[in-house]
Amino acid sequence: MSKRKPESGAKQRQQTSTSRLKSLWQSHRAVALLSIRKLIGEPAASAMTIAVIGIALLLPTTLFVAMNNLQILSEGVSESSRITLYLADTLSEAEGRSLSEQLLARPDISTGAYISPTQAAEEFREYSGLGDVLSELEENPLPAVIVLSPQDIDEASGAALLTELNALAGVESAQLDLEWIARLQRFLDLAQRMSTALMLILALAVLFVVGNTIRLAIESRRAEIVVVKLVGGTDSYVARPFLYTGFWYGLGGGVLAWLLLSLIMLALGGPLAALLALYDNQHTVHGLSLLSGLVLLTGSALLGWLGAWISVRQHLAAIEPR
Amino acid sequence: MIKFDNVSKRYPGGHQALSQVNFELGDGEMAFLTGRSGAGKSTLLKLIMLMEKTSQGEIVVNGKNLARMPRDQIPFYRRRIGVVFQDHQLLFDRTVFDNVALPLQIEGYPKHEADRRVRAALDKVGLLKKEKMNPMALSGGEQQRIGIARAVVNRPQILLADEPTGNLDPELAAEIMNLLEQFNQVGVSMLIASHDLSLITRLSHRILTLHNGQLINDATYPVPPGAGRRAEAERCPGSAQ
Repeated sequence: MSKRKPESGAKQRQQTSTSRLKSLWQSHRAVALLSIRKLIGEPAASAMTIAVIGIALLLPTTLFVAMNNLQILSEGVSESSRITLYLADTLSEAEGRSLSEQLLARPDISTGAYISPTQAAEEFREYSGLGDVLSELEENPLPAVIVLSPQDIDEASGAALLTELNALAGVESAQLDLEWIARLQRFLDLAQRMSTALMLILALAVLFVVGNTIRLAIESRRAEIVVVKLVGGTDSYVARPFLYTGFWYGLGGGVLAWLLLSLIMLALGGPLAALLALYDNQHTVHGLSLLSGLVLLTGSALLGWLGAWISVRQHLAAIEPR
Repeated sequence: MIKFDNVSKRYPGGHQALSQVNFELGDGEMAFLTGRSGAGKSTLLKLIMLMEKTSQGEIVVNGKNLARMPRDQIPFYRRRIGVVFQDHQLLFDRTVFDNVALPLQIEGYPKHEADRRVRAALDKVGLLKKEKMNPMALSGGEQQRIGIARAVVNRPQILLADEPTGNLDPELAAEIMNLLEQFNQVGVSMLIASHDLSLITRLSHRILTLHNGQLINDATYPVPPGAGRRAEAERCPGSAQ
């Protein structure tokens, strides 16, 4: 055998940056596929972890959907909230109608109708069943009213509008059921806070679940990690399969949560629609939109990755060849 | 290639594994490191691999002072050194081929180039036909050959071996040593720890002898030593000259 110098290190590593990128891409793809194959190879253990993550994600996602529906529903309610203006007797019917027109022209009023005392009496007769009582009276006791529905009303703007309307000439009094809207708003605020808090807590739970699973995976592959480090594997090379595993766990959990939510919506959709129909509500029940679903998947995959990253940072450095 | 300058290593428990070791291994040189168990052979190799840090003194490998090497550079440094272990350190969840390919995968070699090199290394150690097998199914000698193939597959400048023949019968041990010699003949610098004096004294290379952490002898044997001498050497490795 002839004497020959081994090729120098620099020469060996003369690779163009494109081929370097290409081999990095190849390596990432290989690791991603290998880690998913390992998960599928241990279906029972993987399914358990993914189920825990999925259920943890399902809770806040369901709350989010419920809140979304309530929000839309409450918008419908505040739109259908009505202001009733009781007009003074001194106002003639023509004056009343023109006032109604004027109010309708305002941007914060969406619909408005003038109801004369005669119309009011007829409606009363028709719906109350006490028509005889009314006809026994010498004079029609009902005042003329204007019924308005305000646009996009909340608690503060509702109160301001009411004061303004009360001050109008020819208006005896204006009424709006503000307290009810205020209560609904408070309730929605509270529910929103609670669902945010729950979301944070359960995201933390997902981090811990993934982190612990990855810790066990690191322990079970200790021998391999030592060998890889001995032959020159960098920390990021060693960490990569675990980060991918965390990513797949998170993504799997997200998909499961979406699936379960769809099943829940399917089961509840019919009865809910029937209930809403009873209240003469046009509202249809919304599930998770495609965009929100994608946000859920991205978020869960990132959570899985982050959980793995935390675990890897804590446990991988401790495994060094001895 | 490797230079030890007054190197000492004391473990946290207080055990003095090496005291003031001085030697230099030239480029392309082959040397054996011998001594009884606990004499400090493994510690010396671990210091070169940066698995342990020196307590005192300086180690310079290929012009680099190991004490000043940042942690994130260690993997790149290790890629230039091949290591063969007594317990092989193979991975039994993959084939012979994938075991040997590991260093190339880590370095990110393109697949076709990696495949070519792995086959060349397996061919060199005579295991080309067993590339698809699990190392668990192979004999101790064959497992050690896989370890050697993995150590040389990315053409390191330095090869370290810690008792590479430790668990093998004399015939297989001689074969493994011959194989290692062949790599030295193509220019790889080599430091081999072994307590098998009868074997290494037959191979006319430099022998460094450690005793209680001190380098007590540094000599090249003439070949071949007589049988009586062999017995004497085994009885007292430090005094064999």
